[in-house]
Amino acid sequence: MSRLLGVYAAAVYAFLHLPLIILGVFSFNASRFTVWEGFSLRWYRAALENPQLLEACWNSLLVAAAATLLATALGTLCAYGLWKRRSAPIEAGLYVSLVTPEVVMGISLLAFYQWLFRYFDVRLGMHTVVLAHVTFCLAYVVLVVLARLRTLEPALEEAAMDLGATEWQAFRRVTLPLAGPGIAAAALLCFALSFDDYVITSLVAGVDSETLPMVIYAMARRGVSPVVNAVSTAIVFGLGVFILLAERLRRA
Amino acid sequence: MEPVLELRQVSKYYPGHEAVKELSFAVPRGALFSLVGPSGCGKTTTLRLVAGFEQPTAGDIYLNGVRINSLKPHQRNVSTVFQNYALFPHLTVRGNIEFGLRRRTAEAERRLRELIELVCLEGKENRRIWEISGGERQRVALARSLAVAPEVLLLDEPLSALDPKLRKQVRSELRSLQRRVGVTFVLVTHDQEEALSISDLIGVMNEGRLEQVGEPREVYERPRTRFVASFLGTVNWINGVGIRPEATRISRDRPPQAASIPATVRETVFLGNCIHVEAETGGGHVVVAEVGAQDGRFERGDRVYLWWEPADELRVSE
Amino acid sequence: MSRLRSWFLAPAGLWIAFFVAAPLGVVAAYSLLTRGTYGGLSEPWTLENYLRLADPLYLKILARSFWIAGLTTLLCLILGFPLALFLARSGERKHLYLALVILPFWTSYLVRTYAWMFLLRDTGLVNTLLIEAGWLERPLALLYNDGAVILGLVHGHLPYMVLPLFATLERLDRSLVEAAGDLGAPPRETFFRVVVPLARPGIAAGSLLVFIPCLGAFLTPDLLGGGKTVMIGNLIQNQFTAARDWPFGAAASLALMVLVMLMLGLLLRRGGERFL
Repeated sequence: MSRLLGVYAAAVYAFLHLPLIILGVFSFNASRFTVWEGFSLRWYRAALENPQLLEACWNSLLVAAAATLLATALGTLCAYGLWKRRSAPIEAGLYVSLVTPEVVMGISLLAFYQWLFRYFDVRLGMHTVVLAHVTFCLAYVVLVVLARLRTLEPALEEAAMDLGATEWQAFRRVTLPLAGPGIAAAALLCFALSFDDYVITSLVAGVDSETLPMVIYAMARRGVSPVVNAVSTAIVFGLGVFILLAERLRRA
Repeated sequence: MEPVLELRQVSKYYPGHEAVKELSFAVPRGALFSLVGPSGCGKTTTLRLVAGFEQPTAGDIYLNGVRINSLKPHQRNVSTVFQNYALFPHLTVRGNIEFGLRRRTAEAERRLRELIELVCLEGKENRRIWEISGGERQRVALARSLAVAPEVLLLDEPLSALDPKLRKQVRSELRSLQRRVGVTFVLVTHDQEEALSISDLIGVMNEGRLEQVGEPREVYERPRTRFVASFLGTVNWINGVGIRPEATRISRDRPPQAASIPATVRETVFLGNCIHVEAETGGGHVVVAEVGAQDGRFERGDRVYLWWEPADELRVSE
Repeated sequence: MSRLRSWFLAPAGLWIAFFVAAPLGVVAAYSLLTRGTYGGLSEPWTLENYLRLADPLYLKILARSFWIAGLTTLLCLILGFPLALFLARSGERKHLYLALVILPFWTSYLVRTYAWMFLLRDTGLVNTLLIEAGWLERPLALLYNDGAVILGLVHGHLPYMVLPLFATLERLDRSLVEAAGDLGAPPRETFFRVVVPLARPGIAAGSLLVFIPCLGAFLTPDLLGGGKTVMIGNLIQNQFTAARDWPFGAAASLALMVLVMLMLGLLLRRGGERFL
C-alpha cells in the first residue's frame, strides 16, 4: 500500500515538474526545432539582443518593485490591525479580492480608470498597472503576515508597554522585528505575483507600459519560439530562487 | 490446555533502540493477562506486535497454535482497545460498534443489541461520540472490539484516559465484563495496583525484557528480581534482604523471641486506613513499616525496634 | 488601543474601498447602461444586458465553463488525494516534499501554460517523440482543445487541492486507521469508510479552491484552447476588447461574481478553516 502510494506520488510530482524541466533543457538546444542538436546559449543571446524584451523586462521589474513596496507596507499594517482585533468589513473585502476572477478584477479596474479619466487628465500607463498590482497583492500580504503574527505571543507587547513603551513603540520595537521574516516572505511573494501577472496587466496597461508577461504572451500566441523557451527558463529560475528564499524566511 | 496466544523469542528493534528483547510467554484461554512495567519498557510495543501494527524483528507469534507473523492487522482475529479509544468521530455510538460487523444481517442486528446491552449503552445508540462521557466512550470501544468476536482482546492502558476517581469502579466493571464474555484479555498498564487487582496472570516487563510471569500473589510475594519486587510495591532493603512495609513489625519494646534492629522514628505518614512509620536504623537505612491507624502512636524521635518473620523475606536473584 | 488600531487598518481599508469596491460598483453601473454606437456607453438605463445572458449561446458557454471547472476539480481530487496522503505520512522529509508541491505554485503561471504549448503542439516534444518512435505517422492534435485546457488547469491548480487535503489528513489520528484495520477492514475499506469521511472538510475546501478560479479562468483556455474553447472569462475579456460591448461584459462579470461569492460563502462555511 505505502509503496504504491510512493509510486503514485512520484508520478504526480513528475506531472508537476517535468513540463518545466523539459522546457528548461530545450532552451539550451542549438536547434530551433524539438530535436536535440547540442548545447547552445544562442537563444539566451538572442533574448538579450531583443530590445523589446529588455524594455519589457525593465518595466516588469519597476512595476514589481513599486507594487511590492506599497502592498507590503499596507498589508503589514492591516495584518497587525486584524491581529489585534478582527474587522468584518476589511476581512470581507480581502476575501472578495482573493476570489475575484482575474478577468473581472482587470475589467473592473479598467472601467473604473476610464470613469476617472473623464474627470482627470490621465492615461493608462505604468502607474495604473502598479495600482492594479497592489490591489491583487494586498490580500496575499495580509495572509502571510497574519499567519506569522498568529505564532507570536500577544503578551510580549503588553510586557513592553508594562515596561513603559507606548503603543507605537511596542509595535515598532517588539512586534515588527519579530514579524520581520513573515513580512520579508510576503514581499518576495508579492514580487513574484506581480512579476508574473498577465491577465490584469494586459487590461490596464497603456502603450508605453508593456511588461514581460505581455511580450511573452504575444510571442506565445504566434506560436512556440526558442527565444520564449529561454526567457521562460530564466524567469522560472529567477522566481524559483526568490521563492526558496521566501520559504526559508517564512520558517525562520 | 493449549494457550490461545503464545510469543516465542519475540524481539523488536528500531534503529538505535531495542524495544522488545527475546520475549516469550503464553496466555491461557479465557484469562485476563496483564503486562505491567514502567513507561518505555516495551509493553505497548508488545501489544502492537500482537495486533499486527508492527512486525517483529525476530521470533514468532502464535494465535491458537497458528503462526500469525505475516498476517496483516485485518487478517488477525485479535482486537485492540486503544489508549485514547480511537473511536470514529464521524460515526455514532451505534456506527462505531457495528463497524466490524460489516454485513447488515438480522444476526448482526441481534449481536449489536446484545453488545449495547452488555455495556449498558441502551438509549445512547444515536449519540455522537463527543456527546458521551469518558466512561461511556471506553465501553463503546470495548463493545466495538468485542463485536468482531476476537480470540484475544488487547487493551492498551484502558483506564488511563479516565478520571482517577472513576478508575477503581471501571476497573471492577472491566473484570466482571471479562468474566461474563469469557474472552481472553491482554491488558497493558503502568499501574501495578490495577494489574494486581484484576489479573489472573501478570507479566512484569523492564527495558524490553519480561522479568517474571505469574499469578498476582505469586509475583508480589515471591518476586524473582529486585526490579519486580520494587515495581510492585514498596520494599525495605535491609542488609540485602527485602521486606514489604506491611510485613515489617515495629514496637517500642525489644521483641522477646526474634532478632531485631534498633531504629529512630523520622516521620509518620497518615494514609487514612493505615500509617507509614519511617524509621532510620543505625546503619543509615530508612525503613518503612505499615501499622494500623489505631495501633499505637509513634512520634518523631521515638526509639523503636524493627523485626520480621523469616517467611516474609523476599528472595530475589540479585 | 482602538484609536491606533484604526490607523493601522485605515490605509488598507481605503485601498479596498477605492480599488476593489468602487470598481465593482462602476461595473454594476455599466451593466445597466446601453452600448453606444461606437462601443461607448449611453443611456437609457436598462436590464437588457442581463436578459441577454439567458441566450442559449451564453448559457452554453456558462455550462461549458462549469463542465471544464468541474472536471478539473475532479481530476485534481483524484491526483491530489493520494499525494496528500503520501505527504501526511512522509515523516521527517515532509517539508521537502511539501516545498516540491508549493514551488510550481509560485513559479510563473504563464510560463507553465506555455510549457504545455511547447509539449503538445503539432511539432512539440510529445508528437515528435511518438513519430520518431514510429507509433504515429501524422501528429496528433493535442493542443487547442478542451483536453489541453483541462490539462493546463489541473497542472496549474493542483496545489490548491493538495494543501487543504494535506492539512486535514495530517491531523487525522493514526490510531483511527489502525482501529479500522484491527476491526477487520482491509486497506481499501479503511480508506473509504474512515479516511475519506474524515477528510471531508479538506475535500470541500480543496474542491472549492480549485473550482472557483477555474470557473473564471482566462489565460489557460485562451492559450491552450486556441480560441475554440470559450469560457466565461474569455467571453468577458472579449466584450471589453474586441467586441467593445462594455455593458454586456459588465453584466456577465457581475453574474460571474455572484456565482463566485456564493461559492466563497460555501467555502467559508463548509471548509471550516479560515484563511485570514
